[in-house]
Amino acid sequence: MTPFMGYFMLGSAFLLIISMALMLGRLLGGPTLYDRLLAVNSFGTKTVLFLCVFCFIIGRPDGVDIALLYALMNFIGTIAVLKFFNYQSLDVNLSAQKTAQKTAQSEDLS
Amino acid sequence: MSLFAAVAEPAFVVPTMLLDISFLALLVVVAFAIVRMRSLFGIVMLQGVYSLVSACWFVSLDAVDVAFTEAAVGAGVSTVLMLSAMLLADRKSTPVPMRRQVGALAVVVLAGMAMLYAVGDMSAYGDVHSAANSYVGMDYIAKTAEEIKIPNVVTAVLASYRGYDTFGETVVIFSAGLGVLLLLGLNGNSGRWVARPNGQMLNDHAAPSAGLATDNRSEEQRAEPDQ
Repeated sequence: MTPFMGYFMLGSAFLLIISMALMLGRLLGGPTLYDRLLAVNSFGTKTVLFLCVFCFIIGRPDGVDIALLYALMNFIGTIAVLKFFNYQSLDVNLSAQKTAQKTAQSEDLS
Repeated sequence: MSLFAAVAEPAFVVPTMLLDISFLALLVVVAFAIVRMRSLFGIVMLQGVYSLVSACWFVSLDAVDVAFTEAAVGAGVSTVLMLSAMLLADRKSTPVPMRRQVGALAVVVLAGMAMLYAVGDMSAYGDVHSAANSYVGMDYIAKTAEEIKIPNVVTAVLASYRGYDTFGETVVIFSAGLGVLLLLGLNGNSGRWVARPNGQMLNDHAAPSAGLATDNRSEEQRAEPDQ
């Protein structure tokens, strides 16, 4: 790796930290709950990106696997939070919920 | 890789330290925001962000396993647990009067000063004669391969040399998780509990977060009057 690449990656790591700070601003000032939720979600994405960049900075690209795990966990966590907000419980089968709503709508139409 | 073959020249150590410092600055901002904020949902989200930032910081300190635990437990599980606790309580915390904060501030300042005092006794980074690099730590590193026959020294210490210790920790964490599950009722009982914040009786209809949720109960449950 050339020194230019090294400084390029370091610069991108700093840019990622700056964008984390911007997300933090939205999180602090966000008027609605959903702004905050989106801010947290994209903060998680920034974490994943930083992890990838940092693994290449220290020259151990196998750390990208850990970044992949972070991405999966971020996704599952956001789904869990949204589900909890909608149904107040994690014990709701989402597919069953959808069919129940559909039947309710069709009853309303008839 | 050749980049870090050239790490010996100190020019490259400084930028990674700058990364650490900017993460610490973000952590300070998030911590102050958690203290100042009144909306409980915002606080829960900020706690998730706090553990994500500290996970990044741990990674840049080369402690990837700690970072992964922090992200899984801090940003994943405890966010959901905090949310389920929040659904049972008020949505905003009431501000604490200034005179009741003085004692807590004094305790925090004293503890911080004690920690700063203890920093002087810490051995230098990478010191050969430090406690971690002399007595039993070197024994673990030297003998793990022949005694336990697994390549990872940390796993050997956790699961074999200090197996009873780890067993006790597991029991503690298991009973804590059981208590949390019984309190919050994640098995579908959430919303049936009666909370009483500010002396006001709440059921699942009157809970502060009830407006956020759609009614997912069946028709006959909905027809039943509240207990």
